[in-house]
Amino acid sequence: MLTAIDPAAPAAGTAGSAIRKRRRPTRRSRAALLFIAPGFLLFTLLIIYPMVRAFQMSFYDWNIVAGSVSRYIGFDNYVRAYHDPVFWRALANSGVYMAFTVPPQIVLGLVVALLLNAKAPARPLFRVLFYLPVVTSWVVVSLLFQYLFADSGLVNWMLHDVTHLTSTPTSWLAGRWTGLVAVAALGVWKGIGWSMMIFLAALQGVPKELQEAAAVDGAGAWRRFTAVTLPAVRPAAVFVTVMLVIGGLNVFASVLLMTGGGPADSTQVLLTYMYQQAFKYLDFGYGSAIAVLLTLIVFVVSMIQLRLFRGDQEVDR
Amino acid sequence: MIGPSTGRRRIIWTARLAALVIGAGIMVIPFAYMLSTSFKNQVYVLTIPPQFIPHPATVDNYVRAWSSDNFGRYFLNSVIVAVCTTAISLLLSSMMAYGFARFSFRGKETLYRVLLLGLMIPAMMLIIPQFVLAKYLGLLDSLIGLVVFYVGSSLPLNTFLLRGFFQAIPAELEQAMQVDGAGAWTRYWRLVLPLAKPALATATIFTFLASWDEFAWSLTIINTPTKQTLPLAIALFHGQNSTLWGLVFAASVIAVLPVIGVFLIFQRYFVQGLTSGAVKG
Repeated sequence: MLTAIDPAAPAAGTAGSAIRKRRRPTRRSRAALLFIAPGFLLFTLLIIYPMVRAFQMSFYDWNIVAGSVSRYIGFDNYVRAYHDPVFWRALANSGVYMAFTVPPQIVLGLVVALLLNAKAPARPLFRVLFYLPVVTSWVVVSLLFQYLFADSGLVNWMLHDVTHLTSTPTSWLAGRWTGLVAVAALGVWKGIGWSMMIFLAALQGVPKELQEAAAVDGAGAWRRFTAVTLPAVRPAAVFVTVMLVIGGLNVFASVLLMTGGGPADSTQVLLTYMYQQAFKYLDFGYGSAIAVLLTLIVFVVSMIQLRLFRGDQEVDR
Repeated sequence: MIGPSTGRRRIIWTARLAALVIGAGIMVIPFAYMLSTSFKNQVYVLTIPPQFIPHPATVDNYVRAWSSDNFGRYFLNSVIVAVCTTAISLLLSSMMAYGFARFSFRGKETLYRVLLLGLMIPAMMLIIPQFVLAKYLGLLDSLIGLVVFYVGSSLPLNTFLLRGFFQAIPAELEQAMQVDGAGAWTRYWRLVLPLAKPALATATIFTFLASWDEFAWSLTIINTPTKQTLPLAIALFHGQNSTLWGLVFAASVIAVLPVIGVFLIFQRYFVQGLTSGAVKG
């Protein structure tokens, strides 16, 4: 999955404005159209149209079979979700996954970035090693973690046979909470490298003079960290948090491959449940309703976060 | 400069290195263990205590994956899909980026905002209506169906990345060409694209890897085994033979090696892309 937002885009230049004035507007806009149209039409067809369509489908008892008629049923799919215990469990599991994965990724990502910042030994090597899981396909790492968390796998061997932390081997993927822990462990392991990269970039922007000035004033390492470094990486932290929360709500492949949402739907998250409804039971209308609900949740949660962070910043000043 | 004594500094340096080594170990050990298992006989795949160095080591898994289990074919499919997606997406998105960076016309800002909307919507949200659309267009169960939709979903990010870079190219260069009578297409193709090589490299890498690793869409539309890409083939193969870990991981290593290669060679552009566009992979 690729997603991006851009809180700190390179300032948009007005480099083209000088050229713009030279030609007649009609010819200019025709040329612009020729550059933009092919990509934009494709984008409209493949992304915007389905976006609208998802809303529409969620109000239908949708029939994918050729020749059959889809029936308009108003809000019935949403009412059904409201009364569906599995939907609520899936929503809760998505929330749990988010809670298990977001804070560790932020904290550990920042810690690794700090360890790597400025004169760290073998810095490029470490950076590559921490980033390796990020570029590896979800399929491969999901199967890998399923193997590590198998009943006689490496994790149980470490916990049971080596350190004796557990008295019996745990059947990780056979229970709701242990299953979510295993999936979340994968999420954190795969995601640390990404937040580390963002924090590393932000740390480069921390003015050295400020650090030195603080040191001359007698500020200890901790004081320098809280007074100089933290405020400087704050925008990056906001960005990382918002992106990770969205990513957490969108967890799909790892759950599908590691637990399949089972046993008995106990580890379903919103997207695996949506996928099951649509492509296993061919209930496209209900699946669309779940997708729309998730979109709304993502949107609201992001807005709340941005509002909260902005409010904070005003208080700081 | 007031600083800690040399002795204390050395301790801090050692502690820092130790923390980094432990952290990097946690990142790498699963990969190393996967590599090790891919050289194991089935008997030794899940043993207590686990075997870290395969003994006896065997390349049977690789031979079987590549020859009798069709992974050569899946590899080829993945290459075709990723290369076509990248080429088409880069062409279309660089054209759009040029249009948005260098022209002004009514409604430009609105169009660009609509495009950016595509960045905020996660791909999975659209999978149901996209499936219906692909069915209508006759694109189900084909590599073209993969390419077309991968291109569509990569356009917003690439356009965004490239537009930022194009805007930073001084307009004077283009004006000079324009005086010499070069049209918009010539300026785009001969001047802007060659100057934007670093940004194009970044977009290439992200697009290539995204389509190389993609799973959900291919799972949804591909039915014929010979049309599977590597991630799909590995996942389905695992579903059918959930205990043949050696074979699954041999196939996984085959799928992961190109990614690691690309990543190591183009590292620099990764960092650039992450910091300018902030991409979540």
